[in-house]
Amino acid sequence: MTVLREIDYGTPAPKRARGDVSLTIDGRPVTAPAGASIMHAAMLAGIEVPKLCATDRLDAYGSCRLCLVQIDGRKGTPSSCTTPVEAGMTVLTDTEKLRRMRRGVMELYISDHPLDCLTCSANGDCELQDMAAVTGLRDVRYGYAGKNHLTAAKDSSNPYFSFDPSKCIVCNRCVRACAEVQGTFALTNLGRGFDSIVSAGGADADFLTSECVSCGACVDACPTATLMEKPVEAHGLPDRSVDTTCAYCGVGCSFRAELKGDQVLRMTPLKSGGANAGHSCVKGRFAWGYANHPDRIVKPMIRDAIVEPWREVSWEEAFQFTADKIRAIQAEHGRDAVGAVTSSRCTNEETYLVQKLVRAVFGTNNVDTCARVCHAPTGYGLKTAFGTSAGTQDFKSVEQADVILVIGANPTDAHPVFASRMKRRLRQGAGLIVVDPRRTDLARSAHVQANHHLALRPGANVALINAFAHVIVTEGLVDEAFVAERCEPASFQAWRDFVAAPENSPEAMAEHTGVPADDLRAAARLYGKAGNGAIYYGLGVTEHSQGSTMVMGMANLAMATGNLGRPGVGVNPLRGQNNVQGACDMGSFPHEFPGYRHVSDASVRELFEAAWGVALDAEPGLRIPNMLDAAAAGSFKAIYIQGEDIAQSDPNTKHVLDGLRAMDCVIVQDLFLNETAHFAHVFLPGSTFLEKDGTFTNAERRINRVRKAVEPPGGLADWEITQRLAQALGYPMAYGHPEAIMAEIAATTPTFAGVTYPKLDRDGSVQWPCTAAAPFGTPIMHESGFTRGRGMFMITEFFPTSERSGPRYPLLLTTGRILSQYNVGAQTARTGNIVWHDEDVLEIHPHDAEQRGLGDGDLVSLKSRAGETTLTARISERMQPGVVYTTFHHAAGQANVVTTDNSDWATNCPEYKVTAVEVRAANGPSEWQTQYRELAAATSRRATPGAAAE
Amino acid sequence: MSRVFVPKDSGARSVGADAVAAAFAALGAEVVRTGSRGLYWLEPMAEVETAAGRIAYGPMAPGDAAAALADRSDKRIGLLAAFPPFARQTRMLFARVGLIDPLDYRAYQAAGGGVGLAAARAMTPDAVIAAIKASGLRGRGGAGFPTGIKWQTVSQAEGARKYVVCNADEGDSGTFADRMLMEGDPFLLLEGMAIAGHAVGADKGYIYLRSEYPDAEATLEAAIAAAPFLDAAFSVELRVGAGAYICGEETALLESLEGKRGMSRAKPPLPAISGFMAAPTVVNNVLTLAAAPAILAAGAAAHAALGSGRSLGTMPFQLSGNVRYPGLYEAPFGLSLRTLVEDWGGGTASGRPLRAVQVGGPLGAYFPAALLDTPLDYEAFAAAGGMLGHGGVVVFDDTVDLARQARFALAFCAHESCGKCTPCRIGAQRGVEVVDKIIAGEDRPRQRAVLDDLLEVMRDGSLCALGGLTPVPVQSALDWFPEDFEREAGS
Repeated sequence: MTVLREIDYGTPAPKRARGDVSLTIDGRPVTAPAGASIMHAAMLAGIEVPKLCATDRLDAYGSCRLCLVQIDGRKGTPSSCTTPVEAGMTVLTDTEKLRRMRRGVMELYISDHPLDCLTCSANGDCELQDMAAVTGLRDVRYGYAGKNHLTAAKDSSNPYFSFDPSKCIVCNRCVRACAEVQGTFALTNLGRGFDSIVSAGGADADFLTSECVSCGACVDACPTATLMEKPVEAHGLPDRSVDTTCAYCGVGCSFRAELKGDQVLRMTPLKSGGANAGHSCVKGRFAWGYANHPDRIVKPMIRDAIVEPWREVSWEEAFQFTADKIRAIQAEHGRDAVGAVTSSRCTNEETYLVQKLVRAVFGTNNVDTCARVCHAPTGYGLKTAFGTSAGTQDFKSVEQADVILVIGANPTDAHPVFASRMKRRLRQGAGLIVVDPRRTDLARSAHVQANHHLALRPGANVALINAFAHVIVTEGLVDEAFVAERCEPASFQAWRDFVAAPENSPEAMAEHTGVPADDLRAAARLYGKAGNGAIYYGLGVTEHSQGSTMVMGMANLAMATGNLGRPGVGVNPLRGQNNVQGACDMGSFPHEFPGYRHVSDASVRELFEAAWGVALDAEPGLRIPNMLDAAAAGSFKAIYIQGEDIAQSDPNTKHVLDGLRAMDCVIVQDLFLNETAHFAHVFLPGSTFLEKDGTFTNAERRINRVRKAVEPPGGLADWEITQRLAQALGYPMAYGHPEAIMAEIAATTPTFAGVTYPKLDRDGSVQWPCTAAAPFGTPIMHESGFTRGRGMFMITEFFPTSERSGPRYPLLLTTGRILSQYNVGAQTARTGNIVWHDEDVLEIHPHDAEQRGLGDGDLVSLKSRAGETTLTARISERMQPGVVYTTFHHAAGQANVVTTDNSDWATNCPEYKVTAVEVRAANGPSEWQTQYRELAAATSRRATPGAAAE
Repeated sequence: MSRVFVPKDSGARSVGADAVAAAFAALGAEVVRTGSRGLYWLEPMAEVETAAGRIAYGPMAPGDAAAALADRSDKRIGLLAAFPPFARQTRMLFARVGLIDPLDYRAYQAAGGGVGLAAARAMTPDAVIAAIKASGLRGRGGAGFPTGIKWQTVSQAEGARKYVVCNADEGDSGTFADRMLMEGDPFLLLEGMAIAGHAVGADKGYIYLRSEYPDAEATLEAAIAAAPFLDAAFSVELRVGAGAYICGEETALLESLEGKRGMSRAKPPLPAISGFMAAPTVVNNVLTLAAAPAILAAGAAAHAALGSGRSLGTMPFQLSGNVRYPGLYEAPFGLSLRTLVEDWGGGTASGRPLRAVQVGGPLGAYFPAALLDTPLDYEAFAAAGGMLGHGGVVVFDDTVDLARQARFALAFCAHESCGKCTPCRIGAQRGVEVVDKIIAGEDRPRQRAVLDDLLEVMRDGSLCALGGLTPVPVQSALDWFPEDFEREAGS
């Protein structure tokens, strides 16, 4: 083995703790948990029973018959993976009889296996090879002339891995992983007896056209080279590895980056990963190739005006140029004419540095983050109700949920690894309620069906949650004891009276929600009567004009039903980006220092003034939309944007571009010349997560380590760039390593007080609050009381959005994500994932399509009062009549030219999820798309690439 | 006009019973279609009701009907009660089969049906289980596990819901008792399932029927609809398999019943603890469940009084192959194989010397004539290296080549294996190839050594009984008929 593998106990640890039993294995006394397999118990004692079909990520299967043992007093040779330990058992794992049997089994395996070990991609990393060695197989007496599968054709259709059935031993680890771990059931067996084969769904099916979602669980599970990553096939086995954290969604999966020299060959999910427990999705597992994409910019570039071509310059020149610009702007327009946007994709340490740069060096509070456009209402709403701006549970909690309420989230696409965990619980029988205008895969697909799919009209969330609460309150489903003990009594009484009013009944609200009252009542009863009811939600909750209200509405519901403060319950945001939680924690908001402490709080200011050695502003700064407004108005002149593409991701693109174009100095720090860079004057080449150290904080408040696997091609990690910029601006900033930044975070931020790199290295991860009182972190929040003391019920009156369908714009557009792509596609669109989704399409109900004479695949114009773009139509019964849907993964789609600047009343989070639109047939790109392409072409020129290099 | 009873049993139909029935009807007779009496060499049989009782005729052709009605037919058998091949049997399970219209519930009741269930429902579940235990009833599917203990395990297992599953995937070559019973007396099976449901606390039963039995399917569907004792408290659903022998193995059956590919599960857990949908589940063969009503109706002692040793009650033996009088013979355990084959079966049909008898389906041992005195009970058969299985007895004369039969056993396994465990999936195929080499005379000592090792791996290493028992016929062929493996190649 060239790469260290995690220990494999062969079978999972028992699900329920039932004490320990003592037995004897090979003469050694062994203590193992009751319910564990003999194989597992033996491994605990360091006795490795030969195995091929067993792995501790999957339930015992008992097919390979290598792990046979002998047990005193029992007949035969049972398989140790399927036989549970019993007190007093005496087991032998290595007798002459067993050796003979195992050799016989291996002889059978090898009689139908190519003898090409030396040229096989798994040579040195193959369990079949290991077992042939362990069993001492020397001769295959059957010969090789018998019936075999050696000519079976290889399937290379998947962009990331190949399937070579000639090497398959039909252990079904792949089939089982697809079912048990991923829950997709794409793989199966065909044929029987000797003709049994693994198949992606049928005689003619290949992986690409099958239901396979490319999560990689099968590849991970395969003990041979049958399922193999293509880079390993091409380059050989990795020779070193670095454990790190995925930089895609808010699940925060732990991975082992396996490399050969400086080349990453594969990313394998870690069983020890607190968030993912060994699972992965197509993005984290495979879509990391963007790091080496030719589009990658690795030299700093500057220009005086956006119509000029970019000039490559040295780092020194770039920093000096930038510092001079910022100081000149501040001298002319005032301190507050500059600001910054932190990145939810960068590390905590990097985000901390950017807000420090803004507050301590720029001398303003004009810092904001992309959470503004996603989960700002979560922070506000949950802080109001509970006192903490974060989800209440760890992911593992879902394993104890009895009824799961998913609102405005599509986890099988956007948070696939968590979705797999949730689906596993659903297969065990948990109830499911899906609240979504669209029929997501969780609502109904081949292997999942929600008990209730409440397909509400976009924009009616608060109406729905009030009606839900109405049922709870009027049908005696309130957990009175919990409320009395844990919540503010006056606020509860006021809320109870409010939701009990007839105007909040399901019948009354049906007019707004479009959900039949009976369905809603049945769903509310299911949740209200659940032992453990758990709410999971996404941007379908927050990205509304009443986003914050809805968050508080869910908090009210959970408190009223006593569904907080223990495993299996809670209110859980599914965060979009890898470090959006961390970016919020790290003081990215214009009104808050790290740890959500208001800038007007003198004691907090004093703390940071002492740490940073400068005086700090007590006035909150500008939010992103305000910065853009101020820029258009001429008072805001420079912005430093780290790892964020607001020109594509933020709503009402025209408004965003007007703001950017009005500025004198736009500094973009990114991997690629993104859409925002078309309007920039300084481009600072950023680093990927593989190229730096730091931490990410996921949606369950888990702080995971990011570890450098390779050097940044531009020479500097993102934190170093910010630091060098601060130095150029004359501020002494000299961290030697991100660890020193974390030390400062811990020293200044109470919820991070106990976080250190050595602790993270030792424990793998820790969930904040991590304090002296909770040195190992806090998986479940509010266990003995709410952070704010008593839980606060808020009145959540429903106000319909001003964005309504009407004669000119009769349809409602809602936006979302797809599995294979991520956010603005900067990363995923530069990977093999493009084979699954190479353009954003408009999903439209057959009825709406027919009325407009549209066919599947037609070009259609999507027009709102904000703008117009052309997309390809996909006719889909996922949609309800009157609602259309698209994604914003590709710049060409320009989906956000259509969305408006309506926003959440409390946090300015944009109302992406509701835009009144009309759809009609189109001949080609909209006028806007054509103009934009011309503009982008004119502003992204580079002066003779390479010539300016030093 | 007189009433005539003509079997609707698919075995009888396959030799023309429908035409015979039509002929009687055309002559104005009232034709009642029944199950078969099991005397297959006399099918199509017809019984004409007379004042003296039912007079049997067979094997009938349509043209024989008029003569039978006039009682001047040379096909006359007479009263079956006086016809030794039938009269010497002990008909318990098959008491009503051939006697009544299988779907006439009133006739069923008139012939004693329903009494067992009524008795059971008047008893506590524990008392029912106690009666089954006292009766000594053992599973008729082949393994012979004590039924009462299985029911007790299910009864005592924790589970919000429990199930009764009837294994009607009768796939063993040379067996047809389940089919005959389901076609001939379906209410008896349903009554037995209802008793089991009451005993273990199940409200739902499933019958898993092999797809090759379309007549049984139709009869059972009709019986389920007509059975007055099936209701919300205990309902039965019929599920039809898809042609896989392995689905007669109880764990593969459960997988298939759950809608999955039929593949064996590892045990433990036993289905009694974690069976259908992970709930405690009774999985019993048709004949086992069908035995319960009589035990409850007549008392455990009456059942225990029959049989020998620890094999109590009766067993419907199914005699086929190269035998003069093939058919179903129900008798108490303990009858000798010789009596069944030579006396009752009349020896080989070809008249040539008997060379081998395979008992217990395709995975049963081939017994030589020297073992014919083995009593037909579980323990005696096991002691002789065989198994009673589901009671199928297949006779071969001296033209049989046991090397080819051994190859057939392995080929059968290679074809029918679920493909899960290595010894069965690959081993059976390699076994075929090795036996082929032996037959072809290639390096016989070495191939024999390979075969011996393979049989050990299959026998002791397989996941379920299919792979585990495939060596039995092969080993018996090697042990008792070694000369067939030593013949000159090509002879």
